[in-house]
Parts: sequence; C-alpha cells; structure tokens
Amino acid sequence: MDLSTTYLGLELKNPIVPSSSPLTRHISTLREMEDAGAAGVVLYSLFEEEINRASHTLDRYLTEGTELYAEALSYFPEAPSYRDVGPEAYLDHIRKAKSALDMPVIASLNGVSTGGWIRYARQIEEAGADALELNIYYIPTSLEISSAEVEQIYIDVLRDVKSSVSIPVALKMNPYFSAIGTMSRRLVEAGANGLVFFNRFYQPDLDLENLDVTPNLILSNSAEMRLPLRWIALLYGRIDTSLALTTGIHTSEDALKAVAAGADVAMLASELLRNGVYRIQDILGGMKDWLLQNEYESLDQLRGSLSQINVPAPAAFERANYIRLIGSYDPAYF
Amino acid sequence: MTTQMITIDGNEAAARIAHKVNEVIAIYPITPSSPMGELADQWSAHGDPNIWGSVPMVVEMQAEGGAAGAVHGALQTGALTTTFTASQGLLLMIPNMYKIAGELTSTVFHVAARSVAAQALSIFGDHSDVMAARNTGFGLLASSSVQQVHDMALIAQAATLEARLPFIHFFDGFRTSHEINKIAAIDDETIRAMINDELVFAHRQRGLSPDHPVLRGTAQNPDVFFQARETVNPFYDAAPGIVQGAMDKFAALTGRQYHLFDYVGAPDAERVVVLMGSGTGAVNETVHYLVERGEKVGAVFVRLYRPFDMAACVNAFPATVEKIAVLDRTKEPGSAGEPLYLDVVSAVMEQWANGDAPFAHLPKIVGGRYGLSSKEFTPAMIKGIFDGLSADKPKNHFTVGIIDDVTHSSIAYDEAFSTEDDDVVRAVFYGLGSDGTVGANKNSIKIIGENTGNSAQGHFVYDSKKAGAVTVSHLRFGPRKITSTYQIERANFVACHQFNFLERYDVLRLAQPGATFLLNSPYDADTVWDYLPRSVQETIIDKQLRFYVVDAYALAAEVRLGRRINTIMQTCFFALMEQVTGKPLLSRKDAIESIKMAIVKSYSKRGQAVVDMNNAAVDAAVAHLHEVTVPQTVTSMFERVPAVPAYAPEFVQSVTARMIERVGDSLPVSAMPADGTYPTGTTKYEKRNIAQEIPVWDEDICIQCGKCVLVCPHQVIRMKLFDPDSAEPAPETFKSVPARYKEFKDMQFSLQVAPEDCTGCTLCVEVCPVKNKKQPKFKAINMAPQAPLRQQEAENWDYFLTLPEMDRSQLALNQVKYSQLLDPLFEFSGACAGCGETPYLGLMSRLFGDRAIIANATGCSSIYGGNLPTTPWSQNADGRGPAWSNSLFEDNAEFGMGMRVALDQRIEAATNLLRQHREVIGVQLVDALLFADQIDDAAIGRQRDRVAQLKTRLDELLQANGSAEMAHDLSNLKSMADVLVKKSVWIVGGDGWAYDIGYGGLDHVLASGRNVNVLVLDTEVYSNTGGQMSKATPRAAVAKFAAAGKSTRRKDLGLLAISYGNIYVARIAFGANDAHTIRVLQEAEAYDGPSLIIAYSHCIAHGYDMKFGLEQQKAAVESGYWPLYRYNPDLALEEKNPFSLDSRRKPQVKLEDYIYREGRYRMLLQSNPEAAARLLALAKGDVEERWESYTNLAAIE
Repeated sequence: MDLSTTYLGLELKNPIVPSSSPLTRHISTLREMEDAGAAGVVLYSLFEEEINRASHTLDRYLTEGTELYAEALSYFPEAPSYRDVGPEAYLDHIRKAKSALDMPVIASLNGVSTGGWIRYARQIEEAGADALELNIYYIPTSLEISSAEVEQIYIDVLRDVKSSVSIPVALKMNPYFSAIGTMSRRLVEAGANGLVFFNRFYQPDLDLENLDVTPNLILSNSAEMRLPLRWIALLYGRIDTSLALTTGIHTSEDALKAVAAGADVAMLASELLRNGVYRIQDILGGMKDWLLQNEYESLDQLRGSLSQINVPAPAAFERANYIRLIGSYDPAYF
Repeated sequence: MTTQMITIDGNEAAARIAHKVNEVIAIYPITPSSPMGELADQWSAHGDPNIWGSVPMVVEMQAEGGAAGAVHGALQTGALTTTFTASQGLLLMIPNMYKIAGELTSTVFHVAARSVAAQALSIFGDHSDVMAARNTGFGLLASSSVQQVHDMALIAQAATLEARLPFIHFFDGFRTSHEINKIAAIDDETIRAMINDELVFAHRQRGLSPDHPVLRGTAQNPDVFFQARETVNPFYDAAPGIVQGAMDKFAALTGRQYHLFDYVGAPDAERVVVLMGSGTGAVNETVHYLVERGEKVGAVFVRLYRPFDMAACVNAFPATVEKIAVLDRTKEPGSAGEPLYLDVVSAVMEQWANGDAPFAHLPKIVGGRYGLSSKEFTPAMIKGIFDGLSADKPKNHFTVGIIDDVTHSSIAYDEAFSTEDDDVVRAVFYGLGSDGTVGANKNSIKIIGENTGNSAQGHFVYDSKKAGAVTVSHLRFGPRKITSTYQIERANFVACHQFNFLERYDVLRLAQPGATFLLNSPYDADTVWDYLPRSVQETIIDKQLRFYVVDAYALAAEVRLGRRINTIMQTCFFALMEQVTGKPLLSRKDAIESIKMAIVKSYSKRGQAVVDMNNAAVDAAVAHLHEVTVPQTVTSMFERVPAVPAYAPEFVQSVTARMIERVGDSLPVSAMPADGTYPTGTTKYEKRNIAQEIPVWDEDICIQCGKCVLVCPHQVIRMKLFDPDSAEPAPETFKSVPARYKEFKDMQFSLQVAPEDCTGCTLCVEVCPVKNKKQPKFKAINMAPQAPLRQQEAENWDYFLTLPEMDRSQLALNQVKYSQLLDPLFEFSGACAGCGETPYLGLMSRLFGDRAIIANATGCSSIYGGNLPTTPWSQNADGRGPAWSNSLFEDNAEFGMGMRVALDQRIEAATNLLRQHREVIGVQLVDALLFADQIDDAAIGRQRDRVAQLKTRLDELLQANGSAEMAHDLSNLKSMADVLVKKSVWIVGGDGWAYDIGYGGLDHVLASGRNVNVLVLDTEVYSNTGGQMSKATPRAAVAKFAAAGKSTRRKDLGLLAISYGNIYVARIAFGANDAHTIRVLQEAEAYDGPSLIIAYSHCIAHGYDMKFGLEQQKAAVESGYWPLYRYNPDLALEEKNPFSLDSRRKPQVKLEDYIYREGRYRMLLQSNPEAAARLLALAKGDVEERWESYTNLAAIE
C-alpha cells in the first residue's frame, strides 16, 4: 500500500510525523522513531526566550557579589564557553539528527525578537534542517493589543523568516484566531509552505492547597482532534499549502481521519509519550489494513475525501453542527 | 618586532610568567595573592602550556604549610615549581623555606606582600610578611609596579636557576597586586631567551630519582652542622652578580634596565630616601618634581633586598649625599630599627669603615615607617620626609602618614602639596559593589589602554561590608607613563553612582576646582538641586563644578539591566571626557564603539542577550545625560546625616564615626586601643539604609511563629511580648496585637523591623508560612519601599527597644517561637544580604550569648563578625554578651580549647578555694555554689545571684582584716568568681578551616574530650576568599581550583568525628527544619564534652538568588544530599542508639532537582555537559551510599 505523501515539498514515505516533544531531544529516540516507521520528525523547539533567560541567569551568577569585597572579587572560574546561552546545543542536535537519520528533520523555532527569529532561522538552515516550523507561542495578555495586531505579528514573523532562509517554512497555527480561514490565506500569501493545525497552548491549573497557580501538562486524547480536523477539512483545496494535523492523533483511525480531512501529514506526540515510539508501527499497520480492507489504491485516494468541498453535506462543518449538538443536550432529558 | 601592550593587574603580571616557566604550582588561597593561583589554575584547565609545551599542574593544598611542603617535594623531584602567597600564608611556609634554601633549590615564590596580623588582622599591603621571611635564606626581589612585576618575575626565575638560591619575588598587596596598568607584555621568545635550558636540565638532574639515588635531608650532629651551614656562602656571594646579569640580559632583550639598586634624582643630591616596593612610584614622581624646581634630592630604589649587596647599595648613592632617610613598610617593635634601615646603616658604615664608600662625608641616616596596611603614601608625605631631612638633626625612627600623638614619632607635612599634572584625567567613582561600577571602570581602563596611545591606571578601594558595599575607583589616563602609586587626591572628574551617598559621605572632597561632577539621580536636571544636602550645594558652587545628571536606574530598568547601571555610567563618563581635559582621549563615536567592543569581549560568552542588553544601555545613555544649570545660591535646608546618632557612646562618636565617614586616616594614635580591644555592640549605631525595600508586618494574619525572626540574616526582625498596661505610650503607627500563645494570652505581641539596618534580602517573606486568603500574593510579612517608611519605622524601632525582654526562664526555648522572643546578641553584621551563616549565629547568641566565649576562625564569620568599623556581637540589658576573638585561620580549634582549659583551670581553682574557706564564707552559700546544676536558664540565673552574693560576702570578709594569707585567697577567689557561672565556649568557623587548614587541630580538640562546642558554618567552599574548593565542596560542583567540576566526593566530617564515640555530632539545616536546629544547639551545648555541629549554610558562592536559600536547604535535605542527624554519646550511656537520622528523603525530590537550581552545578552543565552527566551519576551514588550508611547507623538496636 502506497502511503507516501508530500509535506512542505518533502517527499515522505507515509504521513506519520512525530511532532515537537521532549522525545525528540535524544538521538537514540529519533532513531527508534525512524525504525518504527516515522516519515519525518519535528524537533523540539529552540526557544529564544529560554536562551535569553539562560544568558541572563549565567550573567547574573557570574556577576552577583563580584567586585564589592576586596577578598572575593569573583566567586567562579570562567569557563571557555557556555552552551545553553546560545543556539549551539540545538544546532548540534540538528547536525547529529541529520547524520543519524534518513528521514527529513524539521526544526522548530520560537523567537521573541525580530533579530532572534532571523538569526536562529538562518543558523538552523545552516545546520542542515530540511524545513522549519515556526512555533509562535504568543498569548496576548495585554488589554490594549487588538486582534489585528496579533495577526500582524504572525505575518511579520513569517515574512522575516521567509526572507532569510530558503528551506521550507511551516507555521504552527493559533487556534484562537477570530478568522482562521482569512488568517490561513494571509499566511500562505506571506509565503508559508505549510500550516500546522494547531498549537496546543498549555493551560495552568490552580492549587487550592497552596493558593497558587501551577503549570500543568495533560496529554491529549482523540476527542481533541476535532478542532484541527474541522479546520483542515474546511481549508483543504481552498488554499495552496501543505496541511499538517497535530493534536489528538492516537490511533490509525485518527490518522486516517486526518488524511481524509485533507492533511498531508498527521503529527503525534502524546500517544508516543504515553505508549512509546513503537506505536508508530501499529498506527501505520492499522492504516494499511484499513486501506486494504476498504480497497483503497493508495493513501492519496483518501486525502481530502472528507473535506468540506468533497463531502455530501458540507454544512456539517459549519454552524449547524454546533446548534445540533447543543440541542441534543436537552435538560429535560436529564 | 612590536611589543604587545596589555592592560592587566599585578597578580596577572606575575602569574603570566610563573605559569610559563613552571611545571608544578602548589597553592592555597590567601588575599591578596589568590588571583595568581586562580589564574594559573584557569590557564592549566584550559590547557595553556608553559614554554616547554607542557601544561603546568596546579594543585590546591589544605594550607600554605601544605603548599610549601608540596613545593619542596616537587622541587626535590626535579620539577620547576612555584607558589603564590601572602601574609600568614608566607609565615606558614617559613619552615620549608629554610629547607628549600638550605638545599640550594631553585624556585621563585611570588608574594603579594601583606600585613601580618598583630593587634588585628589586615588584608592590606605592607612588607611585614616578607620581612618575617628575610632570614630563611631566600633571595628577596622587590617589584614596585605592574610592569616590574611582570619583568622581575622573569628575572627572578632566570636568576634562581643560575644562582641556585630560591627567591621571593614580592610586590605590594592591593596597591600593585590589584592595580590595573598598561604594560608591555613579555613574549614567549623573550622568556625562552632568558631561561637557560641547561640550567633547567641541571635542576631536573638534581631531583631525587631511584635511577641515580642520593639522600638529602640528613640529621647532622654538632661536629659538622656548623661547617655544613657555611658551605652555601659562595652561592650567596655570587647571587647579586647573577641577578644583575639577568637584569642586564633582560634589558638587552626588552630595553627595560634594572639594577640591584636604582638611583633617581639630582646627580648632586644631598638628601636621599631609600625604599622598595610600590612607594617608589610616588617617590620617583616627587623627586622629579622637586629636582625640576632645583632641590638637591634623590632616591635609591632597592630591587634585590636579599642577598643584600652592601657595595652595590652604597655605590648607588651620589657622593654628595649628606642625609639619608631609609623607609620601611613594616614595623619591628623593640628593634634598633626596621630591617631595611639597619641594613643600609650597616652597609654605609661598613663600606665607610673599609674606605669603600664614595661619600665626601659620612651621611646621617635616619629610619622611618610608612604605609602599613596600605596606608596611603603620597608626594605630600615624601616632600615632608625631604623637608624633615633638611633639619640639622633629622628625626629618627619617625613615622609618616599618621598622627602619632602618643610617642610623637610622626613627622608633619603639607597635605596640600601635589605633583599631579592636569594633562592626566583623574577620575574618582563612588559606586555600590552591586551596581557594577568597578567592573565598568576596569573595562574603561582596558578601552583607553588598548585603543589609544595613552597610559591608563586603575586602583580600587573596597568596603569591609559585604552587603551594600561601597566601592571607590581611582582612574588615571594620560599621555605619559603613569606611576602615581597613590589614590587620587585632586580629581578632575567625580562620579557618584548612588544618590544616597550624598547624605552619607563627602563625595566631592576630592573634586578640584572646575572639575566635572556626574551624579546618578532620580531627579532631573531642573529639580535635582533641591534634593542636594547643603554642603554638596556649597561645594558645587565654591569649586565651580560642572554638574551633570543621568537617571541611570530608570534607564537600566528600561533596558532590563535591573540594578546594573555600570554600562550607562561608563558611557556618560566617556561622553564627558572632553569636558575634563579639553580634548577627549577618544572621540565620542570611537568611545561608544570601543565600549561596545568591550561589551562583546566581556559578555559574548554569556550570550547575545546580555550583549544586546548592554548595547541598548550604551545607545540610550548619552541621550539621558543632562547638564545642570548650577544656581549661584545655596538653598538647601538639610545636611548630611551624622554617621552615628548623638546618643552613641563617646568612643563610637569620636573614633568609630570617623571610620564610618571614611575619614579614619585622620584618627591619631591616641584614639586607638593599644591592644586591639574594642567595644562590642556597635553596629547598631551605623545606620546604613541600604535596603530599597523592607519587610512590613501584617499583624492581622500573622500566626506569631517566629520563623521570619529566626531566618533574618541581619537580625533586623524582632518580636516581643509585653504587658500593655505597663508599657509606655507607643508611637501612633506602632503595631501590636494580643499574643496568640496560650501561656501568655494576656500579653501583647509585637513584631518590629529595624528599617535602617535591613538589607532587603526577603528571606523573611520566603519563610513566612501564612498567605493572605483574599490576595495570596501577600503573606504575613511583605516587602514595601523603605524610603516612605524609614522615619516612622525608625521611631517604632526605638520604641520597640524600650520594651523589656521576656524573662528567659519562663520561655520554653526548645520551641522556635519562644526562642525568638529573646534578643539576639549578634546583630546587623556586615554579611551578604541573605547570608546563610548568620541565622545560626543569631540563634546561638539568643540561646547562650550571655555566657558565651567565642573563638572565631578567620573567614567570612570573622570579617562580618569583627571587621571594623563596627562590631555585631552585642550585649544584653545587663551588659552581658558574647566575648569574641579571632586568632588565626589554622588554629581556631586550639584557640578555643585554650579558652576552655583556662576556664576549667579557674573553675577548679575557684572551687578549691570555696571548699578551703567554706566555713568562713558560709557553708550554705558555698555548697549551693558548688552543687548548682546549672542545667537551664533559670538555674543559671540562680547561680548568677549566688555569685553576686559571694562577691558581696568576699568584700565583707576582705574589709574585716583577716590574715594576709586569707586576704590573698579571698581576693584571688573574687577575681575569678564569675567562672562559677556556667560558660559556653564556641569554636566557630567555615569549612575551609574545619575541613582543610584547621582539620588537624580540630581533630585533636574534638578528641580531647573538653567541653567545647564547634559550629562549622559549612558553605562547602572558601567563601571569604572568593569561592575556592575545600574538602567540603561536593562532587560535581564548580569552584575555583575545580573549574572542571570537583571530581571527588566531599569529606564526611561528621562520620569522622562520630568514630571517636564521645563527641556529640549533628548535621543541621535551619531552612529545612528549624526546630531540629534549635534542638541540636541545645543538646550540643548541654553535652559535657566536645560537640561538632555541621550547619548547612547557603552562600552567594553557590550562584543563585539568596532569597531561595531556604528552599534550597529544604531541597538539599529532601533529596537525601544533606541528611539531618544527631549523634549523642549520652544516649549510649542509657544503652540507646546514639545515632538518630532526623530527616526523611522525598523520592520526588531528585538530586538534580536540588543541585541544578544552583549556578555552581549548572555552570558545569553549561560548560561541559558530558562531565556534568558523569559527575552527577557519581554524586547520586554518593548520596545513596551515604544514606545507606546513615540508615544502617540509625537502625542499630
């Protein structure tokens, strides 16, 4: 069964691509992913803010308490260099991944400054990444910033990066845009080679015992796939770019649905974190079995078949769906 | 070939050569020589080779005595070996130095010469140490400038190999060791040309080897020892010639010519001074100035002091000399004169007697002392010396630079005399240690030194406090070589980087008329005038200063630099440079570019973010710099605040206050206690106001647990219970609430902060267990800006102090909350903000301070505990409190044991006398005295009453005219009656002392069985000297001398002590379990034998924000790294397991969760992740193993 697909112009043997997660920090795990059948991988993100924080922290502890007391003008020996105050460790990781893997390696970048986005994107390209995913993790907490300004930030970052590198660039979409369709079109016009639906923003929890806010990471489930599934189904065939579905893919059925909605690739992380990277084998096997059982010639035949433009009831992806669903919860029945 | 110019300090100048020409370097940290060892270690860690292509091996030893032993051993095995030291360190090396010299071994010890502790310790520079080593047989070669240090280091190495005499190459501590100056670097080619490889091979060949065995180090008998001692004479005779030969060869290679004795001045000089070391810079300048004005003066500079070449010395003088003043930077009490003086007298007399002197007449020679402990030595003083020589009978054995109104040794001089030229930029900067002023100034010197043809010099004056430390930078830039080896006295640029300094110090004292004044001010150019103290306004007007302001803190906040205003102020300085000299040393554009290059050089290793942040500050700085239009009238209605309050005791008013005002130099000899004895409890008069924010108590939600009081490192938070009916009316804003303690429910509770003594560390807020339910961001104690609260809270503090302390016998002191109701007898020390050591001392002083005698090892605790001007150990309302002393670093346990033995002996003598005169004194009283149990504060209080009765009774008996023998006994008994009240001997020190230099003594004292309490404030590193590795340093942590991470495990001092079986041993961490800490202190003190308490002390040298210190202590305990335990031998007597493991491990807290929150561990992760991973695995193994062994100990039935 031919599962091949094209994503960001990269020829992939199948649509299963592990997405950015801590699993991608180790070359040995990346190798296991490839062994299990992954067609490509998105590495964990290079966070400019993290680099900056490391830089400031190092500066602080090399500086604090120095030059104030005659007997102790410093407290630490200076090392010839420090690794996490710059992108070197990440770039090294790309290099090592490239030499260890046959599958394409997609780097991921989260910047905070224009200079940072451009500088690090270039360095990532030079390190050998096959493509770059922009992980714009931006929570507009200010009461002054408008939605138009937020959108412009995404467009500007994409333009800046695109004008600096020649490798394909994908952008991880924010699920909270007011007009996802328009935003997708604008991003494609600004040069996005692919759009990834969606960025999964972690939501903090509250600790009643200690009256505090706590960071909390909950792995996804299949139900969470619905949101990206809808938007890929809505956009398939209407914008000219690669589409990736991430969030909520746990089974071969989920992956098949992603492709049916129009996704070029199905990205997954929670499933691999929970059940190990060799789940990729099962999912691919399940996909093949289903395609065979249902007499598909190739995966490509399935792609987009259940997108809005191809389904018999396109309105099902629109508002009626919502009304019907809510309506089914009639309090009278409970 | 062009000579490379470099801008470095004296220590680096010596270390660069030493590292190039040695194979083994054995060191031990001691100020001010430590940077030499640290640099050498750093270069070796980076793989930098010596001139033979191998990397010198640097080993840190446990003491200077150990370093000297290792040097001796390495030399005996044929390695080119060196060491770096100073002061007491050099003294500890003396026994080995005799051996090394006696065996004619080639080596150079580089010494940053420093005072030797006498009436007090001093870290500053003079020649006491090298003079104490002058009789070891080592050659002594003196350097007087950074350039000379570089040059002489090489000359000494060349000479030692040829002469086979070991050398001390010395230069003045701080003045030269820490002065930054632009010098010509010596390249490897020159070094190779100076070092004769044949001599190196010969040295190696003389090394011990089983391939050509010999025996060295025999014991000799009266028959031959004398003759054998005389065999070395030819070597000493030849040495001066060899040194001169090396100097000449060096001159041929570099163009810089030195002689054993160099003369400067008029060829027909009549008055000549002789000296060595950094003072020669100021003398050189003064002599030239005076000769240009027709005075017949000159100076002989001693380069080679040992072997002392008498002929060369005498021949250095012009034949016309009539009067000679020999200046010694040391004091030898009771001698016929100081050493250099005696040597010059001998030389002149001997040469004269032999007819070999060139003089027309026998000159008059006088000796004088100057510059002890880095006392300034200025052209004015030197002019005073020359003027003094003009007298018919010049004063001999004089002092200069002080006012000796006791024995009248000092000579007068005109303080206004100056030789400074106006083509030199003379800039003085007042900064806070934490604002980066010194770092920026060091960069400025390098910028000018390395980017222009100008000379540059920087000298830095630091504070004796570690929190809120004031720094004063003295920078000179100019077209000529700068040799001014004294602080700037007439500045043409003054910068004050902290606005509040204006109310504390006379920062414009050094400004010359027309100078430029730059002030970091929160007020703009239009309004700042109204905020200046009256005297500042007067000075600005009188001296016609050009006055500029910049709001550096606001700008720093904008560019996210926080409190680091260094880059901003540096940029403003460069922008104003033109102002100072008429033409800038660098154009503004070039200056900005150079600053940015320096930023890249300094910070790029730390990441682009730091570079960008500093560059942003540079770009914005000049736009924020504004000139103030100076009004012509003084308008201010307020003055600088007095250094101490009017109610301070007389000594504090007249002496301490002068030191606080930074004018201690003006204090005469008569003002100083003759034997180094000072009053305790004087920090309370020094209101430093260094906190930006202070804690504010929320009385409504406070549960009165006392934790904030216990953890406060500066003891600025106090709590009291008081009877509301008997208290005086309180100020309006004074807070108190009904006590929550059921035992004292009728009392009122108050918690008060000393607003002017707080350092703003926030440990109190961190430890507070209570959260405001409506707004959990607030606790029961919260930080708020100090300025608006200062006056009100100062009044409240004063009122709080009038409330009486609770009767301690009514308090269950084993509970944290009750122990904290006692007043600490240790307060407002000079420790770092957030210090992890001082809470232990505060607690100890609360519990036992009124009867404690403390032996304190040299280190952080002796500095914040005993560095003048003020003393934190204090007294209670009865005038009792800890009596404290510091002997040395290495002998503290023995020092404390001496105290114990003295007390024990007197207790025995007193009890014998009591028994002997039982009937006369009174049976009931004597028996009560003899059999008092003194097990708690109440019982001790009763014994105090009995001793008071005893003294009264003895007075009665003495007045009753008994026999002479009886009177003698009773007087004797009275003089020691106080020992009958239980005393508590505490031996306090850090891990550098306990684990390393003092371990042998500590082991002996613990084994003695004597009742002493040893408190080890364990920061796991030499904190006071800047973070060098000790044997307490944990595996995987980075420290100086462990740049690649410490690869061996930390010594388990506790287990070693436990092995004796009769020592109370405990490990504590107040941040993890404060109740346990209190229990341990009480048990240890109660144990009638030696006790050892190892106290986890978080420290600035751990590399994180100290406000998280308590969290880290908790993590250290919960991860199993720092198990809390007690080993109480008394339990063994009851057939119980003496060992109790008092903490539990939390599986969810992994070792890495604890350690990687600290810079000392993270640095390795950042610089060498592979090594970090390997050492982490080993460190985890250490934790497992240790935990298992403690668990096993605890499980013994």
